[in-house]
Amino acid sequence: MKPGAGGFSLEAMKAKVTVMPKKSVLDPQGVAVRDAMRHHGLPDVTSVRIGKFMEIDIDGADEAKLHEICRDLLSNPVIEDYELQVEA
Amino acid sequence: MKAAVIRFPGSNCDQDCYYALKHTFGIETEYVWHKEASVEQFDLIVLPGGFSYGDYLRCGAIARFSPVMRSVAIEAERGKLVLGICNGFQILCEARLLPGALIRNRSLHFICEHLHTRIENMETAFSHTEVTKADGKLLTARTGLLLRMPVAHGEGNYTADEATLRELNRNQQIVLRYTDARGAVTDEANPNGSKENIAGIVNRAGNVFGLMPHPERACDPLLGSEDGKLIIQSVIESAGRKTKVSSPISKRS
Repeated sequence: MKPGAGGFSLEAMKAKVTVMPKKSVLDPQGVAVRDAMRHHGLPDVTSVRIGKFMEIDIDGADEAKLHEICRDLLSNPVIEDYELQVEA
Repeated sequence: MKAAVIRFPGSNCDQDCYYALKHTFGIETEYVWHKEASVEQFDLIVLPGGFSYGDYLRCGAIARFSPVMRSVAIEAERGKLVLGICNGFQILCEARLLPGALIRNRSLHFICEHLHTRIENMETAFSHTEVTKADGKLLTARTGLLLRMPVAHGEGNYTADEATLRELNRNQQIVLRYTDARGAVTDEANPNGSKENIAGIVNRAGNVFGLMPHPERACDPLLGSEDGKLIIQSVIESAGRKTKVSSPISKRS
């Protein structure tokens, strides 16, 4: 714990952000990996989607602000969806 | 008439843009570092190609928050002409100054070649004029005219939802589409998987243009094509008109 802006103590938190391409958006990487998996002896793979996973260490978590950053910076809502998980 | 070429960390077509504007067309041009607060004094703002911030996160995702982009957005809102080429197009989409997004090429390959595009709308500030080539031949804008320009990108696959695409079509915001050498819009001629073969679009107001091909690299016969002159000359004339300065004409045409 370390002192925060208002004299409050801020707890070390972990934010986990998953960003995935929207279902409606072509994911060429996912398609290539799916095909490679099929060639590697898993012919039954029907779909692979490739996204990003971000682990963020933060002292005190303003969830509203984190959502804002997820929307504006960490993902592009035109092509991606995100999921935010905040843990102590 | 004064043009700005914005430099982000990782821009690499800034010198090409500067050379074309300043030396091919004789326009007063300045580099503007991305940390600058204002581009208010310029009549034309160019966002060049490259790999701003190493394309980290998404192409253009971090550059979009550079200090200068706040001013670019304000000037765009005021109607000033903004031209985004390649990574510049990606930044404009990330900044929401243009609709849609550019994702990984369908083939996953980085493509680097001269391609044909067709002018879909000859009424825009970026696609309306006439230029003279080095051999004396005229290149006159018309809907359907083919322009051969280089592309060099890994993420040029233009995508937008159905509603946005309908809107783009309805408002004639699609300026360029990839075609084959005969001008047919086919899937084979689509180099990256872009929706509807889209290579370049303008915003609703018509003053912000983004395109994946590089007109600045197609302004000299030495470079294999002069077709890009049509776009650069169009934007120079339009910017000159807006600022009520007599439009500077190409020194070498």
